[in-house]
Formats: sequence, C-alpha cells, structure tokens
Amino acid sequence: MPRPALRLATVVAPVAVVALALTACSGSTGGGSGSTAAGTITVNATDTACELSTTTARAGTVTFEITNAGTKVNEFYLYAEGDRIVSEVENIAPGLSRQLKVEITEPGTFTTACKPGMVGDGIRGSFTVTGRATAGSADAKVRKAIADYRAFVASEADELETQTAAFVAAVKAGDVAKAKALYPVARHPWESIEPVAESFGGLDPKIDGREDVTAEGMAFTGYHRLEKDLWTGGLQKDSGAVADQLLADVRQIVAKSKTVEPTALSIANGAKALLDEVATGKVTGEEERYSHTDLWDFDGNLEGSRQALATLRPVITERDPALLKALDEKFTALSTMLGSHRENGAFVSYTALSDAQVKDLTVALDALSEQVAKVPGVVEAS
Amino acid sequence: MTSPSRRHVLGATGVAAAGAVAGAVAGAGAGWAAGRSSGTDASGGSGPDASVGSALDAPVPFRGAHQAGIVTPAQDRLHFVALDVVTKDRDELARMLQEWTRAAERMTAGAEAAPGGLVGGGPYQAPADTGEAYGLAASGLTITIGYGPSLFDDRFGLAGRKPDALRDLPPFRGDALDPRRSGGDLCIQACANDPQVAVHAVRNLVRLGFGVVSVRWSQLGFGRTSSTSTSQATPRNMFGFKDGTANIKAEEADALAEHVWVAPGDEPRGASTGGGWMAGGSYLVARRIRMHIEVWDRSTLQDQQDTIGRDKKDGAPLGQSGEFAEPDFARTGPDGAPAIPLASHVRLAHPTNLGGVRILRRGYNFTDGTDGVGHLDAGLFFIAFVRDVHKQFVPMQQALAAKDALNEYVEHTGSAVFACPPGLRDGEHWGQDLFA
Repeated sequence: MPRPALRLATVVAPVAVVALALTACSGSTGGGSGSTAAGTITVNATDTACELSTTTARAGTVTFEITNAGTKVNEFYLYAEGDRIVSEVENIAPGLSRQLKVEITEPGTFTTACKPGMVGDGIRGSFTVTGRATAGSADAKVRKAIADYRAFVASEADELETQTAAFVAAVKAGDVAKAKALYPVARHPWESIEPVAESFGGLDPKIDGREDVTAEGMAFTGYHRLEKDLWTGGLQKDSGAVADQLLADVRQIVAKSKTVEPTALSIANGAKALLDEVATGKVTGEEERYSHTDLWDFDGNLEGSRQALATLRPVITERDPALLKALDEKFTALSTMLGSHRENGAFVSYTALSDAQVKDLTVALDALSEQVAKVPGVVEAS
Repeated sequence: MTSPSRRHVLGATGVAAAGAVAGAVAGAGAGWAAGRSSGTDASGGSGPDASVGSALDAPVPFRGAHQAGIVTPAQDRLHFVALDVVTKDRDELARMLQEWTRAAERMTAGAEAAPGGLVGGGPYQAPADTGEAYGLAASGLTITIGYGPSLFDDRFGLAGRKPDALRDLPPFRGDALDPRRSGGDLCIQACANDPQVAVHAVRNLVRLGFGVVSVRWSQLGFGRTSSTSTSQATPRNMFGFKDGTANIKAEEADALAEHVWVAPGDEPRGASTGGGWMAGGSYLVARRIRMHIEVWDRSTLQDQQDTIGRDKKDGAPLGQSGEFAEPDFARTGPDGAPAIPLASHVRLAHPTNLGGVRILRRGYNFTDGTDGVGHLDAGLFFIAFVRDVHKQFVPMQQALAAKDALNEYVEHTGSAVFACPPGLRDGEHWGQDLFA
C-alpha cells in the first residue's frame, strides 16, 4: 500500500487554498436542490466506497455534500499534496448528510478521501481543480505587520546598544554594584529580539554564549563571562577587554538587525521560539546561573513574543478571532503572574521562587505556548 | 539565549528521525498497514502485522451504559494521570472536557487524536496529534475519566452536585502518603495492551488541556495484577503471587450491580441537583503501594505463603488445592493452628470477614526506577472500583491496616478517590451532565 502520508518529508510549497467555514447541516437538505445545487458535488459514502458525482471543479467555492450510507461513523477529507488537509468534516453518523465548503483559488490535483470508522488512509480518489479565482488577500495587512515588526526590532536594538554601553562603562570603571544593576537591564532588549539576533549565527555565541556551550577552541566571552566575573570571581584582568568586545559585537548585531526582512511566518515562528527559550532556559533558572536574573530575561522574551504577535493582530483577527482572544487571555495571565515577582521595579532572584511558584509559571507558560504554536499555521496561508 | 547546542541538537535529531521513519516506511511497505494507519484499506494488505489481528489489538467500544476500562478485561498496560484544574473559567473547563471526549473516542478507535493529526496540518502547523501511536493498533485502549472531591469546591459552581459518597479517604494506620502523589481534581485512566498507545492517549489529552488542567501526578503500570473477566488467567504481582483470584468478574452481573455500579437511589438528592448523576458510574480508589521487595525476597517461602494465605505456585488457599477453591478459614494445619493464618492477607480481605464487602480490583505493577539507596522503587498501583468507597474500601483497608502481616513489606505512598461517571450515549460528551 502506498504511504502518501509520509511524503510530507519533502516540504510542500504552500498552496493558495483557504478552507471556508465548514458548515455542518444535519441531513435535512436531503439531496439539495437549493440555490447552490449547481455547484454542489455529492459524495455517497458507504463502508466500502466513496463516490463523488464529479471529480473535477472550477476554482472558487467548491461545495461537497457528503451522505453516509454506511454503518460506520464516516469522515470526508480533501487533501493537497503531502496529505495536507485542505478541509474535512468528521463525525458523520450513519444516515446523515453534511456539507463542506472549500475555497480553492488555484488549479491543481487534490485527493478526496472517505474514512469509514475514522481510521486508516481512507478510500481515496483524485480530484482536479481547473482555472483560477481571486483570493481574499490579506497582503496589505501582512505588509503592515512586517513594517511594524521591523520598527519594533529597530527600537529594541537601539535600546540594546544604549544599555549595553552603560553596562560596559560600569564594568570598565570597576563599579561592580552598578554593573550588576545594569546587567539584567542591558539583557532585556536582547532577550526581546533574540530570534533576530540568533539569525546572525557567529555573533550570537560570542555575545550570549554560556560557558558550558562554548564551542571548542572558542573563548568564553560576552554577557555571561562578565556575569560570572561580577557574581563569582570578581572582575578579572581581561574583563575590560571582554566588555569592549561585547559592545563592538552588540553594535554589529544592532546594525544587522535593522536590515532583516521578516515574513509573517518568521515573525510568528519567532514569537513561538521566544517562549521556547523561556521554557528551556529561563523558567528553569539555567540561563543566569550566577546572577539568577532569569526573570528579567523571561520578561524580555515574553515582551518580544507579545510584540511580535501584536504586529500580526489584524491578520489573526481576520482568520481566527477565537485564537486572538485566547492569546490575549494567556498573555495577560502569564505577564500578571510574572509581574507579581517584581519588587520596587526589579525582578526577584530566581532563587527566591518556591517550587510551587516555578510550577505556576510553567503551567501558565504551557497554556500560552500551546496557543502561540497555532499562529504560524494561521498566518501561513498568506 | 543560549542554548544553541540544545536547539541545534534537537533540530538535527528531529530531521534524522523523520528521515528514518520515512525510510523505514518506504522499505517496509505494508509494515504500517496493520495499525492505526490501516483500518479500511488494509483489508487487502499483507503486512507482517496485518495477519495478527488478535483480540489484543482490537478496539474496545468507547460508548455504553458504563465507562470502558472498568469491567473491560484488564489490559496489560496502564498510564494513569491525576490533574488539577488551573483555570478559573468554568466554560473553559467544560469545553476541554468536550474536546477530550472527541479525542478520546477517536484514539480508542485507533485513530489520530484529531483528523489528519499526523501531517494534515501542513508544514507550518504543529501537528495536532503527537504521532507516536500512528501505525499502531487500537490495542484495546480504554480511557476512563474520574472527578476528584476537590473539583466540587467553590471554583466552578459544582458544590451542589457533589455526590455524598465522594469524600476523601480517612487516614489509615501506617499511611506514608506523599501529597505530590495524592489527590487531584480529575483523573484519566488509560489502559491498553501496548504501552505506547496508553502513553500517547494521556500525552495528547494533557496537551489539549494546557491552560485548563495541569498534571499533578502520574503513574505508569507495566503489568496487570487483576483479572476482571473469567476469560483471563490470574496474573502475579511483584511479590510473585497470583493476585485478584477472588476479584469480581465482568460476567458476574449481580455482583457488579451490588458492589461496583452506583444505583439510581444511592444518592439522597436528585440527578439534576445532587449527586444522582453518578447512577451507572463507579468510584475509583487509587493507592500507590510501595513494596519493599528486597526484604520480601529474603523471606522464606513459608513466611511468604503465611503472609498471603495462599500457595505461591498455584494460588490455592493454604491447606487446600486449586486456585479457585473457596478459602476454608476453619481448617487447621498439623500443628492445630489455622491453615490460613489469622493475620494473612487473604483472610483479612475476604468478604466473609468484612460483612460481605467486595471490590473490583484493577491494579498494575510498577517500577519507578530506584529509591536512590540501591533498591527498586517498585510495588502495586492499586486501583479498585466500588459502588461506595466508604462502605467497601474503607472498612477493608481499616481491617488490613490494623492487622495484615503484609504491612511489614508494604507502604502506601499515594492515595486518591475519583467519581467515574456513567458511560456516554451517542452524541453525549464528558461533563455534559455536570455543566448543563
């Protein structure tokens, strides 16, 4: 048996297909000779067959009316290449009919499938779409989102440079107390645009590498080297040189950051990546092992993620308003909880958190991350 | 940042794994056809697994008068999870229970947790199903839900719907309960004949629940310790003894009605105002019983048999023959003492010594690594289903906690009680009755 399900190993180019509202009407239309009847394709589904009244359609809104004439619960799928679901209806009980409307804007070959009993690849057939239709385009909204995100990155990059310069000056002046106070402040904008900074491969480890992940033959430099000096061994002979190099590297990355050309998808993926950073490095207290200023980084990552998604709001609103509501709720819940660990404007040390507080933060982070993980799929259709 | 190394390693591993899977499938051809991916179109397939089609692979119906996973012949593997509700939003909780129902029904049929869950979302979405059970058979998966006493506090307006019988257990003598292994607002008992199928079920439900529920504790069980059908042989527990010989079996309709299923009149208040919604349901008692197996293993055969009250090899009551012989507690041995010692487990737990009380046991052996000082952290994850916890399990456990010779070798480290509602009819979903 062919296993087309796995063909996805080769990435498919996004097909311009939008699944319209999937209307489920329970059987009362009985054959249907309403106004849309001309375009309606009937699907007679049994336990062993999946018969379509026609297997070709013109681009535009294609309506399927699926009748389950079998004895098992059935499902109907329309797949693009690689078994990517264009749209589907599930839970069609025996004897019932349900309707599926799909908007297809470009020509192509699709696959239809009925799945009696819900399992398996289903009873498949080829389905051809010809011609073209105009998509309800969100291009302008996406362009605006990209411009907004670039502006956010530029502003954070400037802040990064300013704050890092002040931190470096304190280190070089030997003012340990001041340098300690400025350290998390300087890192905050860094954390908010981390996915952008990380895209410039070589600079990131020099600026933000931790001692244990420094590549072989590479010196331990950057923020975390100075963190170690400030909080454990005291400033070293070469601390000033490390600080100078840090500022030079940061300036380079600031300049580069202003040249990035994000896409809606990379903004969305970046928003998710920032929360992944929190999950694997910040909420665990691994990132700032000497200073324990992890909650500052946490806040920076969270803010960066929130701002990235804020630029995409118009796109998300149009395509999935329920997701937008969930995102707002979960962002608010997590930032409120994180904010409760602030005293006099400064975040408490990670070591001051109880196990229960760490768990609460993790639970709220999981809740948010599950929603943010849905955004790339929502903006991808653009 | 900084976890370039971790991120890169993860990314690389993911790619390699995907490649390996694709390769294996391409090579094996119909190898996957027997399972989750096959269903309808595998009828003509001839993959290595297609011919197996054993009863262990078959699906268990999700809907019915009672929930599956109670009198269902006990499967070999368990993944049990207790969860706390973390949202304050009643609607969000109700919605999650509805989503759980859909995913659970699909998974028990051997399908992905969501339609096209493996790859159907396309390259830019996180897959809706985690994928590790794709290609595996339904494996007798049952997913049983239960509600803990704490769910009925003032958070969700359910206080008035709390069954009178749903109360926390009293403390028992010798309890060494860890709060991190006890209690919970909800539970999911996933049983299957393939451990990966059971873990997949819990993992996907937990994922659907992020933001609404959070895992409080979890227990894997690797071997059933009870038979719940006369068609099953009696398995052995970690002490090496046959366990659950006298269990209530699926075939005993009268005993189930008397001891396992909550009857319509059991709750004093009505179905729509009080706990009457539990009619047709059952109460689940979970006890994590750590066994000091190293000490046990050094005790003599006679000590072991006297402690249990049964013959180690064939399970017969001491002094008698045949596993299913009714224990004769009056019988004396050559020394004039009772053949089944007074402090033996079988004697103390037997209905005749408990005013006729019986329970349906459905426990699993577990080994959770080591205790850090060179011993296995092993034991019995005891699960019982009863009509009334406080009239059945509590008196039984009080008797055992006071006198059981087995107490020398066991320690109860976790405890919980849940109300498992009746089964779902077509079109119904979990929580529908409670949140109506």
